[in-house]
Amino acid sequence: MKDRDTNISGVCTPAVGEAGKTGEWRDARPVIDSTKCIPELKGKPACFLCWLYCPDGVVSMTIPVEIDMDYCKGCGICAEECPSNAIKMVREVDIDE
Amino acid sequence: MNDVRIITGNEAAAQAVKLAKPGVIAAYPITPQTSLAELLSEYVERGELKAEYVRVESEHSSLTVCISASTVGARVFTATSSNGLLYMHEQLHWASGSRLPVVMCCVNRGVGAPWSIFNDQQDSFSQRDTGWIQIYCRDNQEILDTIIQAYRIAEEVYIPVMVCYDGFILSHTMMPVDIPDAGVVKKFLPSYKPHTVLSPDDPKTINPVFFATRRENSEGVLCDGYMDMRHKLQSAFKKSGEIIKTASEEWAKMTGRDHGGLIWEYMTEDAELILTGMGSIATEATLAADALRAEGIRAGVVGIRTYRPFPKEEVVQAFKKATAIAVFEKCISYGYEGGVCSDLKAAFYGTDIKAPIHSYIAGLGGRDVKTGEIVDAARTTLESIKSGKTENKTIWLNCYSD
Repeated sequence: MKDRDTNISGVCTPAVGEAGKTGEWRDARPVIDSTKCIPELKGKPACFLCWLYCPDGVVSMTIPVEIDMDYCKGCGICAEECPSNAIKMVREVDIDE
Repeated sequence: MNDVRIITGNEAAAQAVKLAKPGVIAAYPITPQTSLAELLSEYVERGELKAEYVRVESEHSSLTVCISASTVGARVFTATSSNGLLYMHEQLHWASGSRLPVVMCCVNRGVGAPWSIFNDQQDSFSQRDTGWIQIYCRDNQEILDTIIQAYRIAEEVYIPVMVCYDGFILSHTMMPVDIPDAGVVKKFLPSYKPHTVLSPDDPKTINPVFFATRRENSEGVLCDGYMDMRHKLQSAFKKSGEIIKTASEEWAKMTGRDHGGLIWEYMTEDAELILTGMGSIATEATLAADALRAEGIRAGVVGIRTYRPFPKEEVVQAFKKATAIAVFEKCISYGYEGGVCSDLKAAFYGTDIKAPIHSYIAGLGGRDVKTGEIVDAARTTLESIKSGKTENKTIWLNCYSD
């Protein structure tokens, strides 16, 4: 593996994380309330509008729904689209690690 | 048997391009470049040059076509003048930032407004900081030889090269030009090896957004940020001076024609008064130096052939013994002074060169600059400096407004 960047012009290869961990840009994160999330309530694949609308493709179509915080930029579109108001945007400064 | 033809500067350029065999040409006609674009399309139509001639609707597109074709591995050529070059401005940065060895002729013409189709060098001068190598030619033979050298330089250092020559004065004036044998050019100019090839077999994203900070890619390599990438361009420029000189020397060995690498000198050995400039005005200055010598004034000429990279060490060496310096230039940085004058002063800072410099802004928009006028101006400069007036000055030659 190369230990330094030998490119003389701007090049990247299509791969997860080529642009760095863009989740670092986030100032608010989506937090899912499993008591309201439709697939979790029904116990079967349903809704997944958060997965459909996420512009970064970081929402999984699974039960429970998971969001990859390495790359979620915190845009809030999932919270806006969730028909059962299961997703709340919580400011990063208010999250206890 | 040499193939010497009496041709215009534009035809000399077209002949050079034909010999360099680009795979893609895209040029939008503009005076005084037009006959160059027309000749190349004729060569392609007649099958003399096996290139794709892409017709475009603007200069912005012509350079974009060249950038795209160069990215997938083709040798490319374009040419323009004046406002056409300014219309390319954004893409000029794009070509150099992508480190693509595009070769372009800028047939120098004054910039509007008001409209002028006639010669000065404000067009290419105003694109000085776009990251292109700029070489200024003084006659038609040099145009031909420089274009062939330009491909070798560009493809070795991965910086685009702008070959600049004066509109009408060279582009439309006929001179004897020795057309080199195709075999000589083939030996001098190896085939183009792109630094990065865009191909479906090895998918890449070219020029994604670069951030201020460096970033680790998916393989764990710490990749350059924007600033680091730009510094690579500046480092390449530092290397390019030697590459330009070597190209010039090797071409001289093969053809017997040496136009100088970064600068050329004319009777500077014992010169007290040195005249300098870029392109055909420097040729005119050599005639002025002859006339001044006939009067007993020890005059010489330094021609700035390569404007970027600026030949700092070379000019410090060449101007070492001068007591008076007169710069003749067809461009100006408005609100300050002539660009060559500024660069010379910056190069001399901290050296022993203390000679006052008079900057003559001359020939804008095609106003004729006669040898006699250069002689008179240079004589006035020398007399003024000899009389103890040491301040630097900017003088507009043959200009009548306040």
